Amino acid sequence: MARYIAQRLLQIILTFFLFLALSYMLLEAMPGDFSQLFLQDPKLTLAQREAIAASLGLNRPPHERFFRYIGSFLRGDLGVSFQYYPRPVVDVILERAPRTLMLFISSTVVSFYVGFFVGKLLAWRRGRVLEYITTVGGVTLYTVFTPWFGLLMIWLFAFTLDWFPIGKFITPRLWRDAPVEANVVFNRMLLTALVVSIVLLTWFILTRRIDTRRRRVVHWGGMGLGLAVVVGIWGASGLGPYALNILHHLMLPVLTLTLISFAGTMLLTRNSMLETLREDYITTARAKGLPEKVIRDKHAARNAMLPVVTSLVFSLAFALSGGVITEGVFSWPGMGEVLLTSAVVQDIPMMMGALIFTAIFALLAHLVVDILYAFLDPRIRYG
Amino acid sequence: MATEERHNPFATAQPAGDGTTLDQQERERLRAQPLWRVRLKLLAGTLWNNWKLFTENKIGLIGLAIILFYAGLALAHPLLMGRVWDPLIYDPVIGFDPLAAPHPAPPSAQHWLGTDPLGRDVLSQLMFSTASEFILGMVAALITVTIGTSIGALAAYFGGWIDTFFMRLADLVITLPAIVLLIVLGGLFTLDLPLLALVIGILSGFGATTVIIKSQALTIKVRTYVEAAWVAGGSHWHIILRHIIPNLLPLTFLYMMFTVTDAIFAEAILSYFGLLNIRMSWGLMIHTTQSAGYLLNFQTWWLIVPPGLSITLLCAAFYLVGRALDEVVNPRLRKR
Repeated sequence: MARYIAQRLLQIILTFFLFLALSYMLLEAMPGDFSQLFLQDPKLTLAQREAIAASLGLNRPPHERFFRYIGSFLRGDLGVSFQYYPRPVVDVILERAPRTLMLFISSTVVSFYVGFFVGKLLAWRRGRVLEYITTVGGVTLYTVFTPWFGLLMIWLFAFTLDWFPIGKFITPRLWRDAPVEANVVFNRMLLTALVVSIVLLTWFILTRRIDTRRRRVVHWGGMGLGLAVVVGIWGASGLGPYALNILHHLMLPVLTLTLISFAGTMLLTRNSMLETLREDYITTARAKGLPEKVIRDKHAARNAMLPVVTSLVFSLAFALSGGVITEGVFSWPGMGEVLLTSAVVQDIPMMMGALIFTAIFALLAHLVVDILYAFLDPRIRYG
Repeated sequence: MATEERHNPFATAQPAGDGTTLDQQERERLRAQPLWRVRLKLLAGTLWNNWKLFTENKIGLIGLAIILFYAGLALAHPLLMGRVWDPLIYDPVIGFDPLAAPHPAPPSAQHWLGTDPLGRDVLSQLMFSTASEFILGMVAALITVTIGTSIGALAAYFGGWIDTFFMRLADLVITLPAIVLLIVLGGLFTLDLPLLALVIGILSGFGATTVIIKSQALTIKVRTYVEAAWVAGGSHWHIILRHIIPNLLPLTFLYMMFTVTDAIFAEAILSYFGLLNIRMSWGLMIHTTQSAGYLLNFQTWWLIVPPGLSITLLCAAFYLVGRALDEVVNPRLRKR
């Protein structure tokens, strides 16, 4: 196993550098460069444009730039963004990545839970009319033309019903005399979410052994207590309204993303569950006279989880790259938006920085999935 | 008597004149047939069985109905243009209706789905684009499964460095930024429909599809009939072509459906961003709406609902058919 992991890590490093070279060449191959954005600006003379190009190093030959880039990458320097000059690329990513992560991780987790729950029920009572309606509806949402659906959601919930704000990250009027920057509040919110999920997870693990009926009370009580503590701390800090403002802006995109993606988990769970239900141990459980609910949840669903968890790991790895389309429709200032604008204005260092982060996560996720498989399914062996 | 027997050979199993039973005679008759006809019969039988399995699941039939509906639209368009519609008014690209002004005009008896900001008939655009969506999806899917199946089979069968190479290549393709790649290609070449189909087909063929098909091929490789073929002295190519690839075909067909969905979706997104050079497509219709400033104007719903809904429905239809095929292909999912 150790040998397999070492081998795979070596391959990952190789693949990563190949990826680095290929992406850089692709970006270089785009016609024109960043300085030509100013071609239509009559106030900028040719000499000034050339000065801009020279200061960004765009006048050097591509291969020289490439090797310089690789060199500074190995020293841990991702360079300076062209469009946000003179901010370093890492700085921009650190500002944008939390927003994207918040949006996509929350929607991925919500849709995972919804999808797993619905998929479990679909497999359990297959062949009903409800199954056809849910499947057709879910697939239609899953393959929906995303920009169109986003606009529909905005029209319905933000424009007609006026429940949520239309796009954007914050309401500027509210934040004009805020004591801190939006990012400070947002990072604290992320920290809160992280702490709460860790505490709740430990709570659930610690109370695992309590018998079923009392455990439910303990679980809900724990969740209520955690929520109360969070609300109390945020209320006392005086930043509560600002955090609520961000949350309010977050809700519609999360709802939309969840609706779009829950069907993926749902259908996967259903199929995996149908395969599990044919196993002998399900018949054994029935023969033992166990209640249907126990067979469904403890015997079938738990064993059907393997492929579903795998897909969850993959989608979490790609959460960082965000959705170019979703972020565009909701004007959410995250990584997807950075990727698109830097591709359009040819901000090469910014683009490379964003791609590098995504690639590292995706490559590692593939390794994690392979290892998880070997641990969860003893039949798979790596020589 | 003899002619009657031929009509109904299984009616009686009495010994015939030469001492053989009719059953044996029937077998002789089958043996006398050329081999291709027997194979064709077997194939027809399998197809019929699979069709029965497919129709058991109603969601597949829903998908098939939607696909047939859109195929009908695609076929009807040239007929309508030739017989009923005046090309000057109804041409999807250069048509213009001076009588329906101001444009975009709401749905009317002449224009069932209204006109777009440039005065062109929306229904005609919708129907004209359907054919190219089908062609794009099919071509991309064929390229994908050809690449995916051959590489998947080779990588699983030979293993070793071939496997490592193609799997890491798949990693690379999956992580490559598709949108950037297409922007670059759009700058280097004129990104029209055949080229787009080729790019989508190659990207998806070397990417995720190969990984899935390879893992299936791995399970086929260890079956006993492959070992038997090996012991009987079959060459590598014989085993791959005659045993592994035919058994991969059902899964391949399934992923073809999913690739069609992906290709139509990708085309719509790229046209929506204005990255493609094609005459008319559903994504381009939304792009036109957006660039004319009607995207957020919900009074002119006929500009955005027909193409948006069509993309969604056709993608969903191929996906549903794929899902239903999954139950045909994978016996562990069947009801019985």
